[in-house]
Parts: sequence; C-alpha cells; structure tokens
Amino acid sequence: MSEAIIICKDVHKWYGNFQALRGVSMEVDKGEVIVIFGPSGSGKSTFIRTLNRLEEHQRGTIFVDGIELTHDVRNIEKVRMETGMVFQQFNLFPHLTVIQNITLAPIWVRKWPKDKAEEVAMQLLERVGIPEQAQKYPGQLSGGQQQRVAIARALAMQPKIMLFDEPTSALDPEMIKEVLDVMVGLAKSGMTMLVVTHEMGFARAVANRMYFFDEGMIVESGTPDDIFNKPREERTKLFLSQILSQ
Amino acid sequence: MTASTEMLAPPTAPGPIAWLRKNLFGDMFNALLTILSLTVILFGSLAILKWVFIGADWRPVTGAPLLYLIGQYPRDQIWRLALSLLLLTFLIGLSWGVWEKFVKAFAIFLGLLLGVLAIIPLETPTVTLGVRAVFLANPLLIYLGYRIGRLQLVKSQHVVTLWLLVTAVIVLALLPGFDSNPLLPRVPTTAWGGLLVTLLLAVGGIVLSFPIGVLLALGRRSSLPVVKVFSILFIEVVRGVPLITILFMFSIILALFLPAESRIDRVIRALIGIVVFSAAYTAENVRGGLQAIPQGQVEAAKAVGLNNFQITALIVLPQAIRMVIPSIVGQFISLFKDTTLVVIVGINDLLGIGKAVLNSDPQFVSLQAEVYVFIAAIFWIFSYYMSYASRLLEKALGVGER
Repeated sequence: MSEAIIICKDVHKWYGNFQALRGVSMEVDKGEVIVIFGPSGSGKSTFIRTLNRLEEHQRGTIFVDGIELTHDVRNIEKVRMETGMVFQQFNLFPHLTVIQNITLAPIWVRKWPKDKAEEVAMQLLERVGIPEQAQKYPGQLSGGQQQRVAIARALAMQPKIMLFDEPTSALDPEMIKEVLDVMVGLAKSGMTMLVVTHEMGFARAVANRMYFFDEGMIVESGTPDDIFNKPREERTKLFLSQILSQ
Repeated sequence: MTASTEMLAPPTAPGPIAWLRKNLFGDMFNALLTILSLTVILFGSLAILKWVFIGADWRPVTGAPLLYLIGQYPRDQIWRLALSLLLLTFLIGLSWGVWEKFVKAFAIFLGLLLGVLAIIPLETPTVTLGVRAVFLANPLLIYLGYRIGRLQLVKSQHVVTLWLLVTAVIVLALLPGFDSNPLLPRVPTTAWGGLLVTLLLAVGGIVLSFPIGVLLALGRRSSLPVVKVFSILFIEVVRGVPLITILFMFSIILALFLPAESRIDRVIRALIGIVVFSAAYTAENVRGGLQAIPQGQVEAAKAVGLNNFQITALIVLPQAIRMVIPSIVGQFISLFKDTTLVVIVGINDLLGIGKAVLNSDPQFVSLQAEVYVFIAAIFWIFSYYMSYASRLLEKALGVGER
C-alpha cells in the first residue's frame, strides 16, 4: 500500500492577468521521485514553489503530508518544516559560514542545542562530500560545492519531502555531475523528491514518474520508459527531441 | 621541460628608486610638478610649525584646559568625573583584551593621549597634581583592563553587560547626582560643558538613533499600513527640516507647552532632537541596504522554516547593515560635528566653551585662530578615529568580498 504525501487538485495561479497554472492535479506517494520538465515559462517552477507556499495558489487545494496549504500561517510553518527546497541560484546566506548556514534553521526552528545541530550538520557535509569546507564562507566555494551545501542545509531540517527547482541549471558542466550524484544518492535512500530539471540522464536513472508541463498545464505524465520510448503527445515528442539532441 | 612548468609572475616590486622615477619623475613635466609640490609642502609645513610653536599664543587654551574638557562642572565635585573616566578607560582596556583589533588602536591612542596630557607642562593652578595623577592612572588602567580581558574566563557578554551597567550608573547617577544627597549632590546640566557634553550628545545620539533608525527602515517596508505611514511621515518630515529647527523645537517650543515642573532637562531635550534627526537619516541608509538584499535570500530563509521575525533579524538585517556601514559611519561623523549646533540653544559644548573663553578676556580678541584650531584638532581626532574604525569593521566583515 502506498500513501499519498502530496495531493494537489485543480491548482490555479495568476500573476496579475497572466495565468501561470491552469488546473494542475498531482498525487505523489511517499518515497517517489518525480521529475518535472518543460519549456521555460511553462509553470513548472511556479508549481513546485506553491508546494511550500513560496507562491500562493488562488484556486484548488494542496495537501502536503495531510496539512492543507491555506492562509493559516501555522499550516504554512508546519509544511515548511516538512519540506526542504534547493534553488537554482543556491541562495546560501553569504554572511554565514557553511556550518552556520546548515545549523541556522535546526537551532532556531527545531530548537536543537548547538552541539547537536553541528553534529548533524557535519554528518550531512560528509554525505554531500565536503566536510572540509565547514568553516568557509559560501563565496569561497565553487558553484557545485555551494549547491551541495544548499542540499545539506535543506536536509538538516529532516524534511519528509525535498523540492529541487532546477538545481543544476546555474552550474558549469563539470560541476553538474557532483550535484546529481548527491541527488541520486538521496533518491536511493528513499527520500520523496520533486525535481524540476532537464537532466534526462538523472530522470532515466532514478525517476519513478515524469511530468511534462507546458503553458501552465500537465501535458503528459508517465514512467520514464513511457515518456522516453512511447510519448503520446506531439508537444512532448518535439520538446524531448530538442533537449535530447543537444 | 614539461608542458606543466609554471611561469613566474613578472616582478612587481622594483624598489623605491624605480618607484620614484616612475611615479614622480616620469618626464620633464612630471618632475617639475613634483619639485613644485614638494616646495609648497615644505614651506607650508614650516610655516604651520612656526605658527604652532612660536607665533601662536595658546593662553586661551592652556589657561583653562579643564574648562574645555568639562565646562563649569563644580570643581569640588570633580572626583565624579575622574571616577567616570577611570571606569571608562578600564572598560576600554577590558574590551581591547576581549575584542582585540577593533578596540586596540583606540585603546592605545587614548592611553598615550591621556598619558601625555598628564605630564604636559602647564602653569595653571586648576591642573593640580591630583588631576595629573588621574590622567596618569588611565594608561595603567587600560593596560590592567587589557590583561584581565585576555583571561579566558572573561566572555564578551560579560563586557557588554559591564558597559551597559557602568554607562547607566555614570549617566544616570554619578554625573547628575541627586537632589538633597550629601554624597552626590545634584549638578544641574547648566554646569556641564565642553568635551563632556559634546561626547555625551554624540555617543548618546549614535547609540540611541541607530536602533530607532533600523526600526523606521523596517517600518517603512512594513505591510501594516499604520506602521508604514507613520514611518514614512516621520522620515520625510524630519529629513525635510534643518537640524537647527528640530533643536529649537525640542528646546524651546516643547518647553513652552509642558508645565514647568515636568520640564525635561535641556541637554536631554537637545539629545532627543539629535536622535530624532539622526534616526531619520539612518533609516534611509538602512533602507538602501534592505533593498539590495536579493529576494532569493528571503525565499531560502522561508523554505527552511524561519518565521518573519527570524528572517529579518538573522538573514536580512545583518547583510543590509553590513552593506551600509560606510554611509552610516559617514552619517555618524557628521552627527558628531553637528552636535556643535547645540550652542544656539544655550548649551556650552566644546565649541560653546571656546566662544565663552574668547569672550571672557579682552586680551583674547585676536586669538580666535588658536582657539578654533585647537577645537578643530579635537574634532578631527575623533572623526578620524571613527572612519578608521569603520574601515577596520568593513575589512573584518568582508564588505564587498562575500
């Protein structure tokens, strides 16, 4: 028996008069790895950002781990404790060291003692492969190292769900692999992951299901095998042929 | 030779002679300019030195040095000022021991200055041996504080608590005293003056206006309409009028409306005016820093679950304030110099004392230059230290690097 940890029904979102999401529905089970892809402006980032309320949806319902996302601030706080997010531009806190970046939320939100938070942070840095960088500032690290710190920072809150918003798009090619390796390891450990990415190798390797977004809607979804080998929609075929031919 | 052989960087330090040749005597025109400038500098400094040591008549300064420091503070109560000074220098020494580089230069400079003041030969009856002993004790106390501050068991939070405690005791009890208390009789602020008042107004103005300014900057960006409108009105009204107007308002007009017995002390009224004025400018400086923080920082902080207060206090403000340190220090330096405007509401700050001294003796009529040069030098020492400290702070916090 699988259990749905994210349930979205008919989610709509407007920026002014521009409609970014037009009725997105999705269910994600615990431990699933979901890859979301599509052309820029298709609403895939907007969608993943509604899941921890960085964007507010205006119609439809979203449940994360049984908590409905509404204007209720307490619900938003709970959902944000359950979800970790990794951004395209890393968004590390430049005035804090690597270890302070990671321990900040556990200390202030989970109220852990500093020793415990630092111990967990060092374990996470081991896991992402850069324990020796703990005392440096983000500005002293490479892009790939920064993104791995960002993953460790998100994991430090022990979330049930990890959201990745184009985690490798701002990286140089030789650094993409080191970040993807960490993400593959995470996927294999059983973490529920939603990943907005165009890294089709990653999708093929670990995704349980893939969603193709265009113009604010889900055009097609299925297992990686379905999507890569027998896509039904013309738009999916066209988009895949464009990004795979690169 | 392999392909990986590294090439040495070209030499960059060719020595002083080459440097001179390159920068000062590059061609005929350059050489001419250099010689001309050196001549001007040489004769200029000779003339200045000659004036300072031979031409100038320093009697208005040396005749009553304590007046410049403390104004008319009763001389039989002078031990209270001495005690305050000793407490403060000890704390400065302690801070040097605990925080090292930020305080080091100031502590050493202050120790040397007070030490020199103690032994400078002056034929003035007011500068008694006791006064000299107090000054001489300061460098020793700074060093003592430094040694104690170096001990492991002294933590920075202890020093912060001590600072708050000691300044509160000095400002609220030791200096003003109490009505009908034989040990600490009341010394009305009309008797306070000189550097004492200048520093009180400047330090008080900086310390109080900074947090208020930060709150106003946050208020201006608040989503609560009442807070936002109040902040905008406050900032724009205060920035729209000259400091003199505000000082007048707080010193004279406010006093007219309040009943005589509830009148606030005039130095405090002036201080409030300075704080109000400076807070508005601080607010706009800080707001500039707030606007420079990328939205991604706030989003990342939200995503890890921090609440709005924590995001502001832990993520946004530290970065914003670090970014505006240079402009805020610049503003504090001008606040320090602007305190001289309190002369017009009848407070004898350093500049006011200078004027009073000049008016006190007909012989001093032609000695204005001496008095004003002396006062300018004091202002320059403090202002220069502030900008020096700000550079240290910027370096330590890595402005423009991270």
